[in-house]
Amino acid sequence: MENPNFILTVEDLSVSFDGFKAVDGLSFYIEPNECRVIIGPNGAGKTTVLDLICGRTRATAGSIEFKGAELTRMREDQIVHAGVGRKFQTPSVYEDLTVFENLEISYPRGHTVFGALTFRRDGDVDARIREVAETIFLGDFLQERAAILSHGQKQWLEIGMLLIQDPQLMMLDEPVAGMSVAERKKTAELLNRIIRDRAVIVIEHDMGFVADIATRVTVMHQGKRLSEGSMAHVQADPKVVEVYLGH
Amino acid sequence: MFSGYSLPELGAIITMQGFAGLILFSVFVLMALGLAIIFGQMGVINMAHGEFMILGAYVTYLVSNAFAAYMPALFGAYFFVAMVLAFCASGLLGMIVEWAMIRHLYKRPLDTLLATWGLSLILQQTFRSLFGAREVGVTIPQWMMGSLPVTDLIEIPINGIFVMVLALGISAAVYVMMYRSAWGRQVRAVTQNRVMAGAVGIDTERTDRMTFGIGCGVAGVAGAAFTMIGSTGPTSGQAYIVDTFLVVVFGGAASLLGTIASAFSISQAQSILEFFLSGSMAKVITLLVVVGILMLRPQGLFAMKLRK
Amino acid sequence: MTKTSFLTRSEAVGLAILALIIFVAFPVMLDDFRLNLFGKYLSYAFVAIGLVLCWGAGGILSLGQGVFFGLGGYCMAMFLKLEASTPEATAIQSTPGIPDFMDWNQISALPIWWQPFNSFAFTLIAIFVVPAAFAFVIGYAMFRRRVSGVYFAIITQAIAAIATILIVGQQGYTGGVNGITDLRTLMGWDIRPDGAKTVLYFVNAILLFGCLVVAMAIRKSKFGRVLVAMRDAEDRVRFSGYDVASFKIFIFCVGAMMAAVGGAMFTLQVGFMSPTIVGIVPSIEMVIFCAVGGRHSLMGAVYGALLVNWAKTTFSESFPELWLFGLGALFIAVVMAFPNGLAGLFDDYIKPRLRGWRQTPATAPQPAE
Repeated sequence: MENPNFILTVEDLSVSFDGFKAVDGLSFYIEPNECRVIIGPNGAGKTTVLDLICGRTRATAGSIEFKGAELTRMREDQIVHAGVGRKFQTPSVYEDLTVFENLEISYPRGHTVFGALTFRRDGDVDARIREVAETIFLGDFLQERAAILSHGQKQWLEIGMLLIQDPQLMMLDEPVAGMSVAERKKTAELLNRIIRDRAVIVIEHDMGFVADIATRVTVMHQGKRLSEGSMAHVQADPKVVEVYLGH
Repeated sequence: MFSGYSLPELGAIITMQGFAGLILFSVFVLMALGLAIIFGQMGVINMAHGEFMILGAYVTYLVSNAFAAYMPALFGAYFFVAMVLAFCASGLLGMIVEWAMIRHLYKRPLDTLLATWGLSLILQQTFRSLFGAREVGVTIPQWMMGSLPVTDLIEIPINGIFVMVLALGISAAVYVMMYRSAWGRQVRAVTQNRVMAGAVGIDTERTDRMTFGIGCGVAGVAGAAFTMIGSTGPTSGQAYIVDTFLVVVFGGAASLLGTIASAFSISQAQSILEFFLSGSMAKVITLLVVVGILMLRPQGLFAMKLRK
Repeated sequence: MTKTSFLTRSEAVGLAILALIIFVAFPVMLDDFRLNLFGKYLSYAFVAIGLVLCWGAGGILSLGQGVFFGLGGYCMAMFLKLEASTPEATAIQSTPGIPDFMDWNQISALPIWWQPFNSFAFTLIAIFVVPAAFAFVIGYAMFRRRVSGVYFAIITQAIAAIATILIVGQQGYTGGVNGITDLRTLMGWDIRPDGAKTVLYFVNAILLFGCLVVAMAIRKSKFGRVLVAMRDAEDRVRFSGYDVASFKIFIFCVGAMMAAVGGAMFTLQVGFMSPTIVGIVPSIEMVIFCAVGGRHSLMGAVYGALLVNWAKTTFSESFPELWLFGLGALFIAVVMAFPNGLAGLFDDYIKPRLRGWRQTPATAPQPAE
């Protein structure tokens, strides 16, 4: 189905690991500027869906179309250049490099071997890195090694690394996990600011946080889509209540 | 390359080479079993594995000499005593090495590789200092000499059969130990999730030490078996280390059956090629094919697909 | 501070001291024989520098660097051997004009793949291109399939084993276990007299500094930071839009080329090339040169190669037994006690003292700079 209104079209997506179907015939559609939150119990296949979209895991069947390009056949770095950014569940930053260098590596220029060898830090790069660092509350830490940052600061740094790429689709896997209440609040504020001009897929367990940012919510269960709609809609859905409260 | 041989001759050649290959297979399996435990289960690269095997071989040599000197009447049985002692000697050394060295390096696999290489150099020099640089051989007991004539053209040496039976027996024992015993469950639990295994009350340090020790012990037994078909020198072990690692990796590191299947295919290929090409070219081609396949299928032949 | 100069001050001082040692101290202090020996050690430093890039910076441990060293060395040796095998010089052979070992192995014509090595220009190109192409094939096959770490180490070690068996087995084409020996002149210039060896020592030293500077430039570029980032969090780099494999392939090829230059210089200075320098054991010893120097330190690699090789010559001459124990202990010690090698020791113990020593007189009036 080619629908120009959707930036991302996922259809009949399946993947199995040794016979175990982690994602099973999943379809969903994301509009530009939409913030979609995927929720579901542990093992529902949420992270696997993100893995499939960003090319970390290869689909067994089905299609993922992003702005008309079929992602299932593309390499991870090509998917990134197509405009998809991904943040991991556990913060993943380069501990041995400074915050500045961490952000610089994500700066969308000089990504080929030759490009990296000849890359120069000019005014544009510098200005953009400082701007992003301010956004993610790390303006004063630019020359510090990432290893010394707190858990929450590493999460922000990784979000910043995503932000500097300016992706049209941003995927965040549990962005507030392991954060203090204060950090959580700051992060919600940060996310609300950066999700404005792009499509976002978020995996999150914190329902208050979900209600705060979600345009629509998709509930997954055992690799399948269980329910989809507004927060109020899915909360009222008896199937969802059954999965979360039943058993 | 087949011209000049009649069909029955060709059949006999292939059978004989196949059998020679089976002996090579036994050596591979015996060496690879210990490595499959240590590398496959624990993920530790032990470059001194060959030296643990040679330790077993030297123990066998000493035991055979002792029997010849003090109990010539029981000489026919010395091998079984030697096997047990070889297991104990290599196993004990393995546990000491694990305690002194390996346990500090579990998170640095490449460093383990270098450190165990250093260990292998030290062991080689120790062997050389103790036993001399010349290769030593054991006297094979009377009952293991000779061969069974199968047809006019085909003869099968008894020591070869014995080594094969031994290899299969030890494989079966290791299989039972790893997959059918409580200890094997513990080992697998520790290697799959160290923290969790510790939390449910498994002594992970002790399990590591035992696993490493048993892997080395099995190498010692391999060394004992090795004396039945070849002589032993300080660097004999190093000659096999590359082949053995390839066998284990080719089989899919964590799979015991895979290790045996890959030992079989590699040894057969090499042995049959050997008849038609020079020995070195047979080895080059076999290794190249294995490396080539590993480049195409790095997870080995029998690995499972998992979510990373 | 975003603008960085190419060298920091301490790096410039380090380079200057190294240059002083190699260009002045050794030639002044050592006799011709020893100087040639140190030139040989320095040819191993090329490999160690390549390993710092691959292993220290990129986390790629190759146990097959001897193969690349050997490829460079054999390319050079083939050229020199052909030059030494003129029909006049080989008149007593049943086929004059081909290398002696071919004649001994009943080969009566120069194999096709030997022929281009009549040209010095081709040889020079081959010294770079052959190992790089080989490294590219290995790297492409392995890194594209995400093989890394221990598996990569084992496969490269297997390749070293295969290369040795192949060279030894194909006597007629490679000189077999003896290698290619009895090399005499380079474009008519006799490389055997002491004077020529001194010249070669300096050529080697200049090339080595060239390599060091190239390696430093790579490490200082964003490429170098991407390598470190890959070592820390490979997936993050991949999902920041980098084709990780191509970075690894590139650095592996660079390491291979550096090793090959070292190999070619080894052949020139030592006068032969043999499979004993290609195999598993020499390849892993090359790793220890790098580890002793400090796997993250480019200059450390040079010191490591010098020190280990010097120790090897000294000890294996007088106490051959002790040497293997020593080398074994060195492997273990450098992993367990000094993972950052000499460079690490320098940073931990000597640098703070130097700083203290420099700060004390700093309070005293300083001469104008």
